[in-house]
Amino acid sequence: MEWIQQLINGISLGSIYALIALGYTMVYGIIKLINFAHGEVFMIGAFVGFYAIAGWGLGFFPALILAMAVCAVFGVLIERIAYRRLRNASRIAALITAIGLSLLIQYVVIYVRGAQPEAYPDALSNKTFDIFGVQISSQSILILSVSIVLMILLQFIVHRTKIGKAMRAVSHDMDAARLMGINVNTTISATFAIGSALAGAAGVFFGVYYTKIEPLMGIIPGLKAFVAAVLGGIGIIPGAMVGGLVLGVVETIVSALGYSLWRDAAAFIILILILLFRPSGIFGKNAREKV
Amino acid sequence: MKKVKGFWVFLILSIVLYGTVQLLINAGILNQFYSNTLIFIGINIILAVSLHLVIGITGQFSIGHAGFLAVGAYISAIFTMKLQLPFPIAILAGGIIAALAGLIVGIPSLRLKGDYLAIATLGFAEIIRIVFLNIDYVGGAAGMQVSHLTNWTYTFICLFITIVVIMNFTNSRHGRACISVRENEIAADAMGINTVYYKVIAFALGSFFAGIAGGLYAHNFYIIQPTNFGFLKSFDILIYVVLGGLGSLSGAVISAILLTLVSTFLQDYPETRMIIYSLVLVIVMLYRPQGLMGTREITDIFGKWKSVKSVKGGN
Repeated sequence: MEWIQQLINGISLGSIYALIALGYTMVYGIIKLINFAHGEVFMIGAFVGFYAIAGWGLGFFPALILAMAVCAVFGVLIERIAYRRLRNASRIAALITAIGLSLLIQYVVIYVRGAQPEAYPDALSNKTFDIFGVQISSQSILILSVSIVLMILLQFIVHRTKIGKAMRAVSHDMDAARLMGINVNTTISATFAIGSALAGAAGVFFGVYYTKIEPLMGIIPGLKAFVAAVLGGIGIIPGAMVGGLVLGVVETIVSALGYSLWRDAAAFIILILILLFRPSGIFGKNAREKV
Repeated sequence: MKKVKGFWVFLILSIVLYGTVQLLINAGILNQFYSNTLIFIGINIILAVSLHLVIGITGQFSIGHAGFLAVGAYISAIFTMKLQLPFPIAILAGGIIAALAGLIVGIPSLRLKGDYLAIATLGFAEIIRIVFLNIDYVGGAAGMQVSHLTNWTYTFICLFITIVVIMNFTNSRHGRACISVRENEIAADAMGINTVYYKVIAFALGSFFAGIAGGLYAHNFYIIQPTNFGFLKSFDILIYVVLGGLGSLSGAVISAILLTLVSTFLQDYPETRMIIYSLVLVIVMLYRPQGLMGTREITDIFGKWKSVKSVKGGN
C-alpha cells in the first residue's frame, strides 16, 4: 500500500516535471535551442502565484491563470530580446546566451527581492482521502488533474488549430514553412508563449506542493525537466509527458528506498544512460546524419 | 628557429614576472590580499586554459569542468590531509586522478555532439559533486578542512607548465588534428584522423590541468565543500573561455585576469557581480559572438610575430 502512495507522489512530482519539459521540448523542436532560461520562467511563475495569493488574496485558480499569463508574456519577451537575433548564430553562441539569460534572471530577482525563501500560502484546503488504505492528498489529485487538462489542451492546440499546424510546419522545416506563407516569427513567439505558460503553471504547482520557493529554485527542476525531455525524445510532445512522469516516479522510488541524497544523481544517471544508449529518446526516431 | 626564439622570450618574460612578484611579496609591498588575488588569478588562468583546450581547440562543448576541478581538489586534499604526503605530490595526484576521471567521462560522452555533449558533461559534473557530497570520508556536505599550502611559487610553476604544455600541444601534430576536429569533424574523419582518439586526448589533458588547478584551489581556501563545485563554477570557467574568444589562448588568459579582478573587487556585492557577469555574457554573445579576441592570439598584434604565427598555423 505504501508503494502505491509513493507511486502517486511520484506521478504528482512527475506531472510538474512534465509541464516544464513540454516547454523545453517545444522550443527545442522549433528552433533547436536548449532554452536554459526556461527554469527561470518556472521560478517567475511560482513567484507571481505567490504574490497573487499572499499579496492580493486571489484564489488558487485566478492565481494560476495570472501566473500563466505573466509567464507567457515573459517567455515571448525573452525570445524577442535575446534569441531572435541568434537564430542564425552558432549553436554554442545560442546555448551560452541561454545560460547567461538564466543567470541574469536569477540574480535580478535576488537583487530586487533578496535571496530569502518564501513560504507558500495554503491556497488549497488539503484533505486526505483514504482509498483502500492508500492515503491520497487532495492536492496531488488536483495537481495531477489540472496537469492532465493542460496537456490535453496542448495536444488540442498543436493538432487541431491553425497555429498548431504552423508550429508543426515550422519545426519540420523552417524555410519551407516560410515559403508557404507561414509567419515564422509569430509562430515561434506563440511556441514560447505556450511553453512558458505551462512552466508558469508548473511553478504554482511546485509552490503549493513543496510550500517553499526561492529565486534559485528553477535550476534543479529546470535541469531535470530537460532530462525528462531528452528521456522522452526531445522535440516530441508526448515524449516530454512520459519522460516527466517516469523521472518523477524514479526519483520518488530512489527517495523511498532511503537514498534521498542520491535523488538528484538518479536523474543525471538516467540522462547519461539514455544519451549513451538511445540518444533520440524513448519516442524518438533515429535521424541519419547528412554530410 | 623563430619559434624557438619565441619560446626563450616567453621563458625570460615569465621568469621576470615571477621574480618581480616574488620580490614584491617578500618585501611586503604586496600584502596578503593582493598576493591572494594573484594566486586566485593564476588558478583561474589554469582553469580557463585547460577548458580552452577542450572547447576552443577541439570544439567539444563541455560545461562540466568544475567536476574535474572537484576531483583534483578532493584527491589532493586527501593526499595532504589524510595521507600526509608532500604538497607537490598531492597536486600531481589530483591532476592524474582528474585525468582518469576525464577519460571515464570522455570515452562514453564524446560520442555525443553539440548540445547533447554539453548536457552530458553537465550531468557528469553534477554526479561527481553528489558523489563527494555522500562520501563521509571527505566530510560530506560539511566539507573538508585543508591547510593553506598554496603560494605564489607553486601557482606560478603550475601556471607556467600548463601554458607551455597546452601551447606546444596546440602547435603540434596532435593539436592540428584537434583543430581539424573543431573545424569539421566529418571532414577530419574522412582525412584519416582518428577523431574519437583526439577528442578523448584533449578532454583528458584538459581534465588533468583542471585537477592541478583543483589542488591549488583546495589548498588556498582552508575548506572545500561540494557546493563550491556546482555548475555556477563550471559557468564561471566557461565565461572566461567564451569571453576571451573561442580558440584563443591569450584571450582566455586575458579574460580570466580581467574577470577575476572584477569579481574580487565586487566580492562584497555578489548579486551585482553575477548580474554584471551574465549581462556581459549575453551582450558579448549578441554583438560579438566570436569573443574579445576571436581565434587570434595576442602575439598576432605585434607585426614581427606574424611569421612565427604562420609557422604555428593557428588560424
